[in-house]
Amino acid sequence: MLNKQGRSTTPGDSAMETVATISGHRGLDHEEPLIFEIGRDGVSGVDMPEVELKNDRLGGLTRKQPVGLPGLSEPEVVRHYVRLSQRNASIDAMFYPLGSCTMKHNPRLNEKMARLPGFADLHPMQPHKTVQGALALIDELARWLETLTGMPTVAMTPKAGAHGELCGLLAIRAAVNASGEKRTRILVPESAHGTNPATAALCGFTVDEVKATADGRVDTAALKAKLGSDVAGIMLTNPNTCGLFERDIVEIARAVHDSGGYFYCDGANFNAIVGRVRPGDLGIDAMHINLHKTFSTPHGGGGPGAGPVVFSERLAKYAPLPLLVKGDHGFHLIEDMEEAYVSGARPFGRMCAFQGQMGMFVRALAYMLSHGGDGLKQVAEDSVLSANYILASLKDVMSAPYPGPCMHEALFDDAFLKDTGVTTLDVAKALIDEGFHPMTVYFPLVVHGAMLIEPTETESKTTLDQFIATMRTLAADAKAGRREHFEGAPKLAPRRRLDETGAARNPVLRWSAKPPAQAAE
Amino acid sequence: MRYLPLTPDDRRAMLAKIGAGSIDDLFRDVPQSARNAKFPLPPHAGEIEVERTLTKLARENVAAGSEPFFCGAGAYRHHVPASVDHLIQRSEFLTSYTPYQPEVAQGTLQMLFEFQTQVALLTGMEVANASMYDGSTAAAEAVLMAQRITRRGRVVLSSALHPHYSETIRTLAELHGALVMPPVTPGRAEDLASLIDNQTACVVVQNPDVFGMLRDLKPIAEAAHAKGALLIAIVTEIVSLGLIEPPGATGADIVAAEGQSIGNGLNFGGPYVGLFATREKFIRQMPGRLAGETVDANGRRGYVLTLSTREQHIRREKATSNICTNSGLCALAFTIHLSLLGEEGLKRLARLNHARAVQLADRLCKVKGVQLVTAIFFNEFTLKLPKPAVEVVDALAGKGVIAGVRASRLYPHERSASDLLIVAATELNTDDDIAAYQTALAEVV
Repeated sequence: MLNKQGRSTTPGDSAMETVATISGHRGLDHEEPLIFEIGRDGVSGVDMPEVELKNDRLGGLTRKQPVGLPGLSEPEVVRHYVRLSQRNASIDAMFYPLGSCTMKHNPRLNEKMARLPGFADLHPMQPHKTVQGALALIDELARWLETLTGMPTVAMTPKAGAHGELCGLLAIRAAVNASGEKRTRILVPESAHGTNPATAALCGFTVDEVKATADGRVDTAALKAKLGSDVAGIMLTNPNTCGLFERDIVEIARAVHDSGGYFYCDGANFNAIVGRVRPGDLGIDAMHINLHKTFSTPHGGGGPGAGPVVFSERLAKYAPLPLLVKGDHGFHLIEDMEEAYVSGARPFGRMCAFQGQMGMFVRALAYMLSHGGDGLKQVAEDSVLSANYILASLKDVMSAPYPGPCMHEALFDDAFLKDTGVTTLDVAKALIDEGFHPMTVYFPLVVHGAMLIEPTETESKTTLDQFIATMRTLAADAKAGRREHFEGAPKLAPRRRLDETGAARNPVLRWSAKPPAQAAE
Repeated sequence: MRYLPLTPDDRRAMLAKIGAGSIDDLFRDVPQSARNAKFPLPPHAGEIEVERTLTKLARENVAAGSEPFFCGAGAYRHHVPASVDHLIQRSEFLTSYTPYQPEVAQGTLQMLFEFQTQVALLTGMEVANASMYDGSTAAAEAVLMAQRITRRGRVVLSSALHPHYSETIRTLAELHGALVMPPVTPGRAEDLASLIDNQTACVVVQNPDVFGMLRDLKPIAEAAHAKGALLIAIVTEIVSLGLIEPPGATGADIVAAEGQSIGNGLNFGGPYVGLFATREKFIRQMPGRLAGETVDANGRRGYVLTLSTREQHIRREKATSNICTNSGLCALAFTIHLSLLGEEGLKRLARLNHARAVQLADRLCKVKGVQLVTAIFFNEFTLKLPKPAVEVVDALAGKGVIAGVRASRLYPHERSASDLLIVAATELNTDDDIAAYQTALAEVV
């Protein structure tokens, strides 16, 4: 999740001495130039025959200028990217309690299964009879998702959480249009992920914000007051972005339904309730599931993800193409609108080419099969237990805006830093020096200087205790005026604080060859 | 349960610290009516059982590499060097999040900066973003961007744009204006210029088109620009840019492309990697993440995510797009593979693809009644068959040849498409594959 609200992006006075070396490298931390600065002409890391094109069929539309790519051998490329990798934090190497992101262990069995040639080496448009196992896998994953959510249908193609939101809202739009009603407003709580209002706006709805109550939940009375014949629906995250379960959710769903609207639930925080609570029992009409959060497909430095969307009976027939159906000759995909109509469906359209993130589906199903129903319930319970343990262990030295219990993440604000001169950002950067990835900071926006800590269920108690001990010391130091952990932090990362303001003011978004005159200097 | 570190003792100690009597206490905010859900699911399983279950499903498919294989139409079977898959599985790349804390994410950020540069170079454009979900969603975002820039709604789509792309664009862009598309004319460029008017935001053309035909984008760019519209060039086979004129050199304003062909396997359709490039003057209207160069407090060069004021987490309902993530690991695979190829390797790869396709087209056209529909092409072409393509594809699959994608699967309501077959060849097709295809086709038609 994001962490850019309200933070200072200038490095300030954090500059200080580093150990000078002759090479510029520092032990295992190597300074690595850009690939364009290493490469040269006449080398390639791939051997391939040179063919003569005697009678080409290119119609003269050939490239006139070289691309400008550098040439490198395989060992150079491997070393370059290994060195770059060593400049990243990762869940494999460290505690990564990034709230709202569910940074849990990524089992390598899932990687191995996704690479089976029978899944990885399948073309999306092979004849259906040659891909029956792949279609069966998608069907099986769909069945798990339907069972876990208590919803009758799932659209598998959305490629990420935000893409899933889009899918859900487009289905709501289609349902509203089919009814002939004019419903143009979507209610979104002020604590929502930024993708929620952005998605609603993309679908042509106007966004109407709903206030939060003092206990970190959506204000049910305020929400009900906004409902009316022009409201298409609400987008609510549950558990919400403050890490709390929306207690009134069933009542909210009923009120929305009574007014003729639809209930979209942002499923980003499904990890807290998987195997324990079915969103279908809460009155939800559509919800995306981030396979890269709850079901452990790796985040990969920012994707690829997958965001299948489950639908209630009311919205099921608007699910997008393609539709996976099982007939007399096995599985097949309905890819055509007319064929879908004949089957009674009313798809709103298509989200993307082909049939979704198959590579992620295999990983997610491997994860589900590994855990089973009992294991998934334990996932939810351990993630909630760990977050509450952190909340209970830190609330006396930090400041928790809402009393527990929380769900899978513990939220703190910066009241405990008042008048210390230390900010939430400083705490985050100090954690880097301590060998932890920072929590999500400055989100959600509804609390000041937010710190959102999501430990997940895959951390040992020993790790949690180490983190707690570190946080307690940092909090005590801040209050006692001991600034050395904070000032100029991080000091031990590959880079010190970076000038984000400068980067945005004068954007340099690509490498360019220096003009010859300058290069000669 | 091998992925869960907490022991029963740990759980008891933690509950005691919390002051909760049981785990149920922590779920007390869940409404009573939702507390007793039943989940008819199997119990947890060991690695051996999971492998057995999934391997069985995998075996029920015909892997592309197991037979002579010629499908394209937006996804291409290329060789991926072994080092690519090794490097992308390094923990630090695989298990990191979006680089929000740049001091400990320089690996991902520098890689994205390199990716952006490579995409800009390859497409001949000034700037590129840090990737999109895939080519089709990149295309839809490109159309939305053109509608924002021009403040116009009307969109002209080439009828030889991959129909999945047209449908994806329609899903989002129709809200803001009408979509116009001329009749389908496989193997012939349709008249797009006459459809562009003063209300047109953009014209969207794929090159090579869905039938494999190469297009000259220059006249379309001129016609679009004369009316104040933008040209969006779509590329689904990115290897083609090793050999043919890049869209940037032919007047494209936005390029949306599928990058799967470089570094990424077929994966039954995903995950792939969308490439998105444009002119520098449009960067603040661009969707998606951007890595930018900056300095740290010690003056050392470093990279950050930048221009985030365009994005949903700052702008919320006023954002340029709702996109939150990119396709990071697939972008990494693309970048590593393209770094391995370099200028020489990419050129050789592209030439080899073209040579294979020419060889295949010539051989298949020797079969009685089979005609080449696309006179100029890169590594994919369309054949007109003497029988419905659906029967031919089926019969050839029975003979162990995956012959290509029948046009009727993409254009189910186009009667002229029923006997058309879209065929791709890559560096992975051997002389034996091509001979086997010719022999089998002669038996079938």
